[in-house]
Amino acid sequence: MATVLGGITTSHIPAVGNAIQKELYDDPYWKPFFDGYPKVHAWIQEHKPDYVINIYNDHGLGFFLDRMPTFAIGAAHEYKNEDEGWGLPSLDPFPGAPELSWHIIESMVADHFDITSCQELAVDHGFVVPMQLFWPGAPNNPDMPKAVPISANTVQHPIPTLARALDFGKALGKALRSFPEDAKIVILGTGGLSHQLDGARAGFINKDFDQYCLENIVSNPEELTKVTRMELVEKAGAQGTEFLMWMMMRGALGDEVNEITRNYHIPISNTAAGTLLLECAA
Amino acid sequence: MDQPGYDYHIDIPGTTIFDGKMAMKGYALNKMCYSFNKAENRDAFAADEEGYMAKYGLNEGQKQAIRDRNILKMIEEGGNIYYLAKFAGIFKLSVQDVGGMQTGKTTEEFKEFLASQA
Ligand SMILES: [Fe+2]
Repeated sequence: MATVLGGITTSHIPAVGNAIQKELYDDPYWKPFFDGYPKVHAWIQEHKPDYVINIYNDHGLGFFLDRMPTFAIGAAHEYKNEDEGWGLPSLDPFPGAPELSWHIIESMVADHFDITSCQELAVDHGFVVPMQLFWPGAPNNPDMPKAVPISANTVQHPIPTLARALDFGKALGKALRSFPEDAKIVILGTGGLSHQLDGARAGFINKDFDQYCLENIVSNPEELTKVTRMELVEKAGAQGTEFLMWMMMRGALGDEVNEITRNYHIPISNTAAGTLLLECAA
Repeated sequence: MDQPGYDYHIDIPGTTIFDGKMAMKGYALNKMCYSFNKAENRDAFAADEEGYMAKYGLNEGQKQAIRDRNILKMIEEGGNIYYLAKFAGIFKLSVQDVGGMQTGKTTEEFKEFLASQA
C-alpha cells in the first residue's frame, strides 16, 4: 500500500513564477521568501516521492462560472499549463497519474464526497508555481513525481466550509493509503495566506490571523473548523480563503505530524507568503 | 437569495462577497474577461473594444466601467477579480497597480502600504 510522507504548503503568487524565471533568489525583496525553500528541497531529495497530490484553486483558467465544481480532481495523463491572460511562457506538460486519480475518485465518492472528474484540465499558477518552487526546473526535474491536481472552488461563494475542507482531506488520506502500490506520496496545499486583491480593502494583510492559522494547522486543525467562511473572508481577506487548500492538505496527513520547516514573510506581491512542511509521524 | 441568519452576508467594509447574485449580475463581463486568457482575444478586444463588448452582451454600466478602466465599478457591476486580472493583463498592470487604482494610491504608495503590515 502507498505511504503518505507528509504535506507542504506554500503561497502560489504569479509573481513568484516570474522571479524564478529571472533567478531573483538573492534579490533583497525576494530573498526572505526563497530562503524558506532549501529545507523543503533537502526533504524532497531525501524522500523522493513518487506521486504529488497538488491541492490548489483554479483562478479562471481551467474553469469558468458556466460550470463551477466545488471539488474537482484531474484524471488525465498530463496537465498543460496555459496562458492565463498575461502572455507568460507556458511550461512543458506535467505528467499525470490517472490510475491514482481514479482510485482517489472511487474511494472519495464511496465516502460520500461528490467529485467532478476531469480528463482534461489546464492548470494555472496555483498548481504550477508550487511545483516550480519545490522541484526546480519543473516539470523537467529528474525527481518530478507524477501529479494529481485537486482544485477547490474559492472563486464564487458559497465556497466549502473549513470543516468540509478538513474532512475532504481525511477522506483523501484514506484513499491514498489504500492505493495498492508500494509508493510514496506527498500532498501540497497551495495558496494564501492573508491577502485581498479586490475592492477598497485591496492590500489587506492580517499577520495575527495568519499566525493563528499557522499555529493551529500543525497541532490542532479542528480548532480552525470553528472559523466561519465569512470570518475567513473578513480575517484572511477575500482571497485568503485559499487557506481551505491548507485545510484539505492537513486533513490527509492524519493526527500526528512533525513540523520540519516554516517560513512567513510580508509582503510578496499583495500577499502574506507562508510555507510549511509537515511530515507524517511514523 | 439573501439568507437571513446564515453566515454569509455580514458586512465587511471594502469587500464584495462574490456570491450567486453577483455571479449572475456579472456573467457577461466575467465571460468576456475569461476570454482574455487567449492572446487572439486580447488582440481582438484591443482592435475594437466596443465591438468586442457588444459581442459578449455587456450592459451599459459594465461597458462604461471598462471604458473608464474603473476596477471598483467593474466589481460593483459583478466583475470578479480573478477574471478582471486578465483584463488588467492586457494593459500589463500588476496587482499593485490594480490595488492602487482601487484605493486611491499610487503604485509606490500601495507597495508601501503592503510592506507596512509586516
Ligand atoms: Fe491564488
